[in-house]
Amino acid sequence: MSEEKAEKFLELFNKGKEFTEELLRENQRLRYRVAALETESQSTGSAEEVQRLRAEVNQLADENRRLQARFQEVEEENKDFAHRYIEIEEQNNNLANLYVASYQLHSTLDFKEVIQIVQEIIINLVGAESFAILLLDEKTNELKTIASEGGDVMPNVESISARLGDGVLGSVAKTGESYYINQDVDGGKVTLEKPLAAVPLKIKEHVIGLIAIYKLLQQKDSFSAVDYELFSLLAAHAATAIFSSKLYSQSERKLNTIQSFLDLLTTSG
Amino acid sequence: MPLENANFLVVEDSPTMRQLISFSLKRFKNARIIEAVDGVDALKKLSGPDKIDLILTDINMPVMDGLKLVSLVRQNAQLKSIPIIIITTEGAEEDRERGLALGANAYISKPIQSSHLIKTISELLAV
Repeated sequence: MSEEKAEKFLELFNKGKEFTEELLRENQRLRYRVAALETESQSTGSAEEVQRLRAEVNQLADENRRLQARFQEVEEENKDFAHRYIEIEEQNNNLANLYVASYQLHSTLDFKEVIQIVQEIIINLVGAESFAILLLDEKTNELKTIASEGGDVMPNVESISARLGDGVLGSVAKTGESYYINQDVDGGKVTLEKPLAAVPLKIKEHVIGLIAIYKLLQQKDSFSAVDYELFSLLAAHAATAIFSSKLYSQSERKLNTIQSFLDLLTTSG
Repeated sequence: MPLENANFLVVEDSPTMRQLISFSLKRFKNARIIEAVDGVDALKKLSGPDKIDLILTDINMPVMDGLKLVSLVRQNAQLKSIPIIIITTEGAEEDRERGLALGANAYISKPIQSSHLIKTISELLAV
């Protein structure tokens, strides 16, 4: 009896053991399953996040590209404005030079003062160290220096004379066309007969003289754009100013002579 | 010192250059420009009632040249702090060094560029 009970107990124990083992296996399986599900769930979540973040990164990259493009556009505009500002500054400077030159040339009717002003313009505004102003004697058709500067660097600049049509100076006076030395010919060697530049002084097409430039100031390498504008201005305005002042001084002299004659007549009468 | 309401003394024997420099100085708001034809005339203007904020002087002038003027201004207790700019046709390096050694604050060779002159003045008066 007790042996039977013991077998039954052993059988029951074994069943319990099997059940317990079964339970443990199930438990382990479930734990694996839970762990797997947890991993699956986590990986699914980060992929979404990554996707979202990627979209955001793309959006930011687009924005960055757009801003960079705009920045470059603005930078280009800025460069353009800076360039235009420099151009306007230069124009302003040139206009100031031309205005002052023109104003000064017509500020007097005194022949000596007019010549002095032409000289000041050539020295201070053009930047010439050696030059000569020549007037044409219409009776002899000869050009002669009436004022000059820089005899120390260009000897005899004060006593240049040239016949109308002869050489560079004579041709400029005859044709009324400006002359600029060609640096490629003869190495651009400057002589009294072949200056750096020769600018006719013209009233319409009538040449009354010329300005011959032989040497620029040490700090000036070559003529600038405004110099050519100044030459054009001098060609016309200096010519009229010189011509007017000459006529004025002649008429003054005549007036004085007539006045003296009248005074003499009045006194003797 | 502010760039507005400044009093400038322009010392030049050439009326053309005086007018050109004065023209450039008008870029400064309410600038007052006093002109002198040589160094002696400049000293007279400097001893007058107007307080001068900056002197612009040529070198080659009759009666008293610009270098002598710079030297005398620097020796004068009341005037020595006034900034001086030399504007001249003398472009050699030794001329520049001589002018600066005598006490000029800046040296500009002719022909002048208005923008360069304005920039130099702005730097000197902004200190």
